[in-house]
Amino acid sequence: MTNLAAVDVVIIGGGWSGMLMAKELAAKSSSRIVVLERGKPRNPKEYIEGMDELDYALRYRMMQDVAKETVTFRNEVKQKALPIRQFGSFLPGDGVGGAGEHWNGMTPRFLPDVFEMHKTTVEKYGKKRLPAGSTVQDWGITYKEIEPYYLKAEQLLGISGLAGNPMTGPRSGPFPTPPLKQTYFGKLFTDASLALGYHPYPAPSANLSQSYRNPDGVIRPACQYCGFCERFGCMVGAKAQPTNTLLPVLQKRSNVTITTSAQVRRIVTKDGVATGVVYVSNGKEFFQPAARVVLASWTLNNTRLLLLSGIGNANTGRNLTHQVMGAGATLFFDRPLNRYMGSGSSNMTVSDFDGDNFDHSQVDFIRGAYISSPAYGARPIANFGAVPGDVKATWGSEWKKAAVAAYDRTARLGSSGEHIPYSSNFMDLDPTYTDILGDPLLRLTLDWNENEMKIHNFISSKIETIAKRMPVKSYTMSPALKRYDVMSYKSTHLQGGTIMGSDPSSSVVDPRGRHWQVRNLWVLGASTFPQNPSGNPTLTVLAQTLMAASAWPDR
Amino acid sequence: MVRRRHFLKLPPGGALLVYSLDGEPLLQTPAGEVQVPLRFFTSDEAAIVEAAVSRIFPSDDTGPGAKECGVTLYIDRQLAGPYGRDRYRYTKEPFEAGSAEQGYQGKSTPREIYRTNLKSLAGLASLSEAEQDNRLRAIENTAFFRLLRQHTLEGMFCDPMHGGNRDCLGWQLIGFPGPYMSWANDIDRHYGETHRVKSQSISQILNRKVVPWEELEP
Repeated sequence: MTNLAAVDVVIIGGGWSGMLMAKELAAKSSSRIVVLERGKPRNPKEYIEGMDELDYALRYRMMQDVAKETVTFRNEVKQKALPIRQFGSFLPGDGVGGAGEHWNGMTPRFLPDVFEMHKTTVEKYGKKRLPAGSTVQDWGITYKEIEPYYLKAEQLLGISGLAGNPMTGPRSGPFPTPPLKQTYFGKLFTDASLALGYHPYPAPSANLSQSYRNPDGVIRPACQYCGFCERFGCMVGAKAQPTNTLLPVLQKRSNVTITTSAQVRRIVTKDGVATGVVYVSNGKEFFQPAARVVLASWTLNNTRLLLLSGIGNANTGRNLTHQVMGAGATLFFDRPLNRYMGSGSSNMTVSDFDGDNFDHSQVDFIRGAYISSPAYGARPIANFGAVPGDVKATWGSEWKKAAVAAYDRTARLGSSGEHIPYSSNFMDLDPTYTDILGDPLLRLTLDWNENEMKIHNFISSKIETIAKRMPVKSYTMSPALKRYDVMSYKSTHLQGGTIMGSDPSSSVVDPRGRHWQVRNLWVLGASTFPQNPSGNPTLTVLAQTLMAASAWPDR
Repeated sequence: MVRRRHFLKLPPGGALLVYSLDGEPLLQTPAGEVQVPLRFFTSDEAAIVEAAVSRIFPSDDTGPGAKECGVTLYIDRQLAGPYGRDRYRYTKEPFEAGSAEQGYQGKSTPREIYRTNLKSLAGLASLSEAEQDNRLRAIENTAFFRLLRQHTLEGMFCDPMHGGNRDCLGWQLIGFPGPYMSWANDIDRHYGETHRVKSQSISQILNRKVVPWEELEP
């Protein structure tokens, strides 16, 4: 093992949270900062060659190499966990920028009561309404406290949006740029939702509606609606990515080094203090001593590294959540939609049935979901083949004729729902399977419970109401939610495992991301979220990182 | 191991344009048929696959199908490359049967799955279309058939650099333009009206060769 020269801060993970933390800390002081990224450098100028559905959307060319490392999964403890041999349900990122390079750019803020879900639910409905076995708890911060950081994060990325949505929290400033243009499908969804008295609003978007210069002087162009966002890097850089938003600033800082191909295996501690990290690069092992360690390597790896390093405690690994994504409908229209055009956040959203935006006194579940009209660009391998319900064939001439006719006249209404935590959903180390280095894989024990199934059914009924108001020839409702599976893509919004809170006995880090026991260790990212709101988490990850940086102690 | 050369026979004309781009020799039979060298399948296997995918996505009144788009060649290349040997899958032991929710846990690589299952479809190529449909209907609920159907869609609609979607025929069939640079002036126009442009591959758009992943991975 090679001992490297000591630095002030070592940051594990070169994605949104790690690189933002590096940028913030580098601006504050002359601290020597090293960012360790296990993947490769990225050249966004080459993203234009990556507009290839097969390699990028189906073979996951930008994702974590599953052959080297995966996680194991089981629905419940009485099963044996088996490895996820091909990613499906979620897609971990890899390389500089991480999953922030190939996201869709949807950037809503969380609803205000999300941060105090336990308190507000109990106050309004009583403790007995918290589902059996659930472990809902408050974040230790309020919407009011995080709001200025939300605004700062929006200004950093140039978020395009339309203020005034009565179903979302108050804003202390405008969106930096106006909303994206609307697709035909979005207009049909908007018209139907308005007719029903709902409040459709454009999804806040990190794909810019117009050219924007951020407070760091970084300029990005407007979105071209090419339809290659999710699973792709942006060909023009209109989508905010760590490589086009943070890297240009970091590259000017002489006190920041980004080391790629550096896979951290352990955080080393002595007498309850972190002394640095051990990483492997090209088969060689290095010890990087550091005065402070920031762990920012995405939900699953944050939890795994704490466990592998023996820094786990009774709270590490708990409150594992995903998102309730299945409620939806496939719509068949008379008229063409030109749905190859679009962007990752060209969708209208209705939040009237999200969170506690509607009264839950007369229903038998808590929380909800937002409904949306995605227009990501209908790439053909994944989207060809849907046919109206009266066509039973799935191959052959009859099916082909119907599928060709339906291809550009089909769209999907979707939703994203909250997932509350349960003691039965958690992460620990797998006793059997290992990664390419021989370290135990992380084991997920995860299943849906009644509350999620009820949200799913309720939101499905609302989606059906909207579908009936749209000029459709027919529609097919998605099936009811059953057990959690690892094949169908939901989102990459796994959360929990290193949750934040104001009480050390029920959380892993404090509300500024600082580890309760190892005080010179910080943990950033959605692994710190005690439960899973419906909203896409990246903007909150950025706001939380900015909050942690602003509270960073001088010594 | 030296492999005897195997070929997929294609009807005269048509095929030359795309397949000669590889720099691989194309042989013409006395009858004018074009023989494309195969990388994984034997000639017999390729004939079975060609028959099957041509029934899954037929050439008919609706337009071109798997045959014109080169689906068999696409599958042959994928199986010969890293995908075929499971480069993109976690393949550590032990392999154990799991629940449906835990996903595919089999040990077989895509190459092995094809090699095994094509044996049970021996003779398919010489049957009538109706008889071919019957044979396929008998296996349509198997994992192999689902894989074959998925690969057919991939071969119909992938970028032509992968060997399928020849001349962007699959994209033209459904009106997918390929990776166009900008729809910023079109996204909020043409509401409810078809807007079509000529389909183009990424190499055509950029006017340079783009190398697919299967050619980069050892």
